[in-house]
Amino acid sequence: MDLKEKIVSSYVAFEDGVDVNTDIHEIRTEAFQNFEKLGFPTKKLEAWKYTSLNSILKEDYSIFPDKEKTINLADVKKYFIHDIDTYKVVFIDGKYSSFLSETTHDAIDVCLMSSALNKAKYKPVIENYFNKVAKQDNLTSLNTAFAKEGAYINIPKNTEVEKPIQIINFTTGSVEATMTQPRNLIVVGQNAHVQIIERHQSLTSNAVLTNVVTEVFADRDATVDIYKIQNDHIAASLVDNTYIEQQSKSVVSVHTFSFGGNITRNNLNFYQKGEYIDSILKGITIIEGKQHVDHHTLVHHIEPNCESHQDYKGIFDERSTGVFNGKVIVEKEAQKTNAYQQNNNVLVSDRSTINAKPQLEIFADDVKCSHGCTIGQLDEQALFYMQQRGIAQKEARALLMYAFANTVLESVKIPEVKERITKLIATKLNVNIGFDL
Amino acid sequence: MLKIENLHASIEGKVILKGLNLQVNPGEVHAIMGPNGAGKSTLANIVAGKEEYEVTNGSIELNGEDISELAPEERAHNGVFLSFQYPVEIPGVSVTNFIKTAINETRKAKGLEDMPAKDMLKMIREKSELLEIDRKFLSRSLNEGFSGGEKKRNEIFQMAMLEPKLAILDETDSGLDIDALRIVANGVNKLKSKDNAVIVITHYQRLLEYIVPDFVHVLYDGKIVKTGDASLALELEAKGYDWIKEEMVS
Repeated sequence: MDLKEKIVSSYVAFEDGVDVNTDIHEIRTEAFQNFEKLGFPTKKLEAWKYTSLNSILKEDYSIFPDKEKTINLADVKKYFIHDIDTYKVVFIDGKYSSFLSETTHDAIDVCLMSSALNKAKYKPVIENYFNKVAKQDNLTSLNTAFAKEGAYINIPKNTEVEKPIQIINFTTGSVEATMTQPRNLIVVGQNAHVQIIERHQSLTSNAVLTNVVTEVFADRDATVDIYKIQNDHIAASLVDNTYIEQQSKSVVSVHTFSFGGNITRNNLNFYQKGEYIDSILKGITIIEGKQHVDHHTLVHHIEPNCESHQDYKGIFDERSTGVFNGKVIVEKEAQKTNAYQQNNNVLVSDRSTINAKPQLEIFADDVKCSHGCTIGQLDEQALFYMQQRGIAQKEARALLMYAFANTVLESVKIPEVKERITKLIATKLNVNIGFDL
Repeated sequence: MLKIENLHASIEGKVILKGLNLQVNPGEVHAIMGPNGAGKSTLANIVAGKEEYEVTNGSIELNGEDISELAPEERAHNGVFLSFQYPVEIPGVSVTNFIKTAINETRKAKGLEDMPAKDMLKMIREKSELLEIDRKFLSRSLNEGFSGGEKKRNEIFQMAMLEPKLAILDETDSGLDIDALRIVANGVNKLKSKDNAVIVITHYQRLLEYIVPDFVHVLYDGKIVKTGDASLALELEAKGYDWIKEEMVS
């Protein structure tokens, strides 16, 4: 039985575990029908031309891991940003771990999607926001069909959330292959501010496929900063579908750090529904072996006087492959739009590949839209210069790569996150230098 | 200290050095002059270990040890410093942190601990004063947007920090106005001791008024064809290189 058939035939069993007489389940069922019709995306779809899921869809995934697994904090502490106080919403094989989590209902809601979907007090928020910005494509529909658990974050207006919120999904490998469908909803009220760190982490070498959907709603004057740390095990694949709807004068930034994993696909979509909005999309990708990272971004400029800033840096070694597809749509009404896009890549090896495609669709006439894309190698003369000053070749290469990626790190607002990413880069480049540039 | 014997070298099949001999002892300053294309920069790059050049014959010894097979960083760890004719811009790496990394990587290679931050700062302060370098300058990205003079001063600042045994200054005077030239030369002179040596590669006699050489060599067509004292530089300045070429022919 192929994976699609397995998923389709298991839906009845899934329905046993949820309340089917709800509006939510109507949405799920519709999404299920959509997935049944569409199936998994193939390379025939333009958006999936350079990313094939075939190799990972062959695994015999367990769709509902039913065993409650516990893990020791000591074993997984390193995956948290643990040197600062944070809220934590942690899942193990798709199930909530109260032991590892630190949620709150004190003025703000940092809790579980399962509660939000079932409890009456959350109903107005769910009705207003759940599945309202997510696209109805193949994999988002698949996630919606099985939407049941994930993080639910609701920040009321004028609230500055002091502590960052970490959303961490662990997979334990208790079965041979695990598929999870986390579903997150983040609603940020007027003039509120929140910082979120998201991570998916497999704890064994068993295959994992995570198909996560995150919807973010930023109301007027809200500020939302999201940091996605993707440094997963080599047998773990991730499809991250993130949809962000912004109202006037809101500022939303998403930093995506892709260092690990097998196949990683980031679908990051911004919809600007007001004026004077700023959308910031940044990424550093450093991969090797046969790893594959695909960034598909969309910024939809709908109203006038908004900005978007994209800066993606990629470093590809050995036989790794990368994709950057940055789509910017500027509607006719969206005059005075400033849209910047920058994508720079270094191919460290002759066998690595990057497919880069800026895609600008501009229907307004008074706009500033720029895009730049470079693909190059490390500067040999710069390497010689550094070696001449006593820095060994490996370290010199690492320093050059770090300096290349550094513009993306400058906008990281949480020092501990910045420090962690710096360390991850040093580890990834196999050097022991501080990079305190 | 440096002993080069019968050095032949080529790049991409083109022969540049054709049997070069040079001996530099501790405490000495050597100037290498010569027309364009004679092989001056090639010599500097080969001693520093640039990989594109192929040494086809001859030997390069530093303190009695053959260094021709060593990587550039290993030569640097042994005390070789090259002040680049065209220092490379490295965006995203500040001058301070670059020099810190260079010093600590060199110390690591020698089995030493990192230099304590306090000592490092003190040294940076002293050496930047020596080269009359504005402190703000040190937090800028290495060589990025620097003027020609700033780049060269920064090279000598790094030399001062790294305290090499053998410093090769490859056209350090090019792009310098007279004030910067004086500052750079003053820096080099202050760093000179009986234990280290300097090779100055230049087209012009100008720099040699400030850094007075013990020996002046004329490099022509891949070989050193004439060696003299400081007065040879003056003679070259006055007469050009043609008489050397004529001497060669006759």
